[in-house]
Amino acid sequence: MTAADLVIIGAGPAGMAAARTAADAGLSVLLLDEQPRPGGQIYRDVERVAPVRGALLGEDYTAGLPLARGLDGDRITRVPGATVWSIENGTRVAWTAEGRVRQAAGRRLLLATGALERPMPLPGWTLHGVMTAGAGQILLKQSGIVSGNAVLVGAGPLLYLVAAQMARAGSPPRALVETQTPRDLSAAFRHGSGALRGWRLMLKGIGLLAELRRAGVPRHRAARSIAIEGTGRAEAVCFQSGGRRHRVTCDTVYLHHGVVPNTQASRAIGVEHRWNAGQHAFEPVTDADGRTSLRTVFAAGDGAGIGGAKAAELAGRVAALAIARDLGAIDDTALAAATRPLRHALARERAPRAFIDAAYPPFAEALLPADDTIICRCEEVTAGAIRGFARLGCLGPNQAKAFGRVGMGPCQGRSCGLTVSAILARENGRTPEETGYFRIRPPLKPVTLGELAALTAADENEIDRRR
Amino acid sequence: MKTVSPFRELDPAAQRVTIRWQGRDLVVPAGNLAAALLVAGIMPFRHTPVSAAPRGPFCMMGACFDCLVEIDGVNRQACMIEAAEGMAVAMPRVENRE
Repeated sequence: MTAADLVIIGAGPAGMAAARTAADAGLSVLLLDEQPRPGGQIYRDVERVAPVRGALLGEDYTAGLPLARGLDGDRITRVPGATVWSIENGTRVAWTAEGRVRQAAGRRLLLATGALERPMPLPGWTLHGVMTAGAGQILLKQSGIVSGNAVLVGAGPLLYLVAAQMARAGSPPRALVETQTPRDLSAAFRHGSGALRGWRLMLKGIGLLAELRRAGVPRHRAARSIAIEGTGRAEAVCFQSGGRRHRVTCDTVYLHHGVVPNTQASRAIGVEHRWNAGQHAFEPVTDADGRTSLRTVFAAGDGAGIGGAKAAELAGRVAALAIARDLGAIDDTALAAATRPLRHALARERAPRAFIDAAYPPFAEALLPADDTIICRCEEVTAGAIRGFARLGCLGPNQAKAFGRVGMGPCQGRSCGLTVSAILARENGRTPEETGYFRIRPPLKPVTLGELAALTAADENEIDRRR
Repeated sequence: MKTVSPFRELDPAAQRVTIRWQGRDLVVPAGNLAAALLVAGIMPFRHTPVSAAPRGPFCMMGACFDCLVEIDGVNRQACMIEAAEGMAVAMPRVENRE
């Protein structure tokens, strides 16, 4: 078993920044990431891709280069392609990489597991050709492939960014089907100071919209009754907008209505979580340093609450410094001096968040889908089935598993968890906290029996050696 | 099974590898396997065990498991794998539960 002062799960902005800061403070760092190269989703594969497609993807993407390059150095051990499937006793981690199981024990653990796309269950969302906007962007970033016949559906800055990047790549989307309403925007302006402090973001948004106008991308506003049609694969997006019904043919659909913290690992460890009403999602409870309810476990970045890449980077550094203080690598004076400017920058970065969350709320039809809509993609359980469970007395998501296998497929609730909690809360007239979330158990990702057996054999060898 | 792909490569000169898909040779761009199969026009990647519905990549980040394919006898997420020369890839074998 490997030992390190700090084990970090996730090499996105929070994980990369934390690794560098912790190593600079003198800690030994083990950085585990599921991807073959660092960057997370926002800076996916940035070292390889930036020289090739940096101009097309823009500076929000190439900003990840210094972080990825900062991982070189003695005290940081990187394990790429590492699928973490078990975390025990707070800091003991098991993962599979290149078909072999490994384990490590850290004195501290930092979860930098990032965000997942908010599930957007609409009629037809399981058809081949329907993906998340994040997936479309990943295909463009990492693999340099773009769909020539796509419709983008939903709300949020990412939707405009992906559309603009597709236009720059020579394949502007067929249409933008936007769920945002004029009322959302006016509600957002009640967060006046946040809006003002987010003026840079606003300008960026205006710039993206101008790009889309020049590219001739039609925008359908305040869309309702959205459904994806097709036999076996996506063929058209149908919706209501501007007082009439539309049908836009396509072969690719990108869905997006925000991102939510990826809490699979933090749930599996058993740290406390809370409902964030403004962001319509659960997040681990953390203090200002990122410490969770378990003393040895920290969380930073979007996995601890959505704040974006810049905030994630800053939060990663703050957590790394607190960990360095915990382990005696720096003293209180050094901690205070190093942390103060980071906290100021973090506050600035987070200021416009409430405005953004209010301006681009999740699509109501996808938060509480119609009865016929599949919400559990793996087990093909519909929203109506969940409502039926509630009528039979089902109060929570874990009970719902027994009623109808919802959340028990290979994705372990990643695609349906929030929707199941939302439907049960509504049907039972209870809050999201009271309703709760799926209990997440190891393995976090599938592991073969062969891999497990090899681990046992390795452990026995180690025990024999110690004898 | 193989149709004209909706996806276009920005750099058609990118490196190629030959993999096996359902027992037949398929020349694809090196790199992410799910992306390689998409650009090759492969659809679907699998059928669900519940209703045999066709599925393909959805999240491209290892979360949804809709891009599951069988590689050397093991079901794996195509979006988390890099295509390698000679790799044998197939639709997962499904035993319908119904």
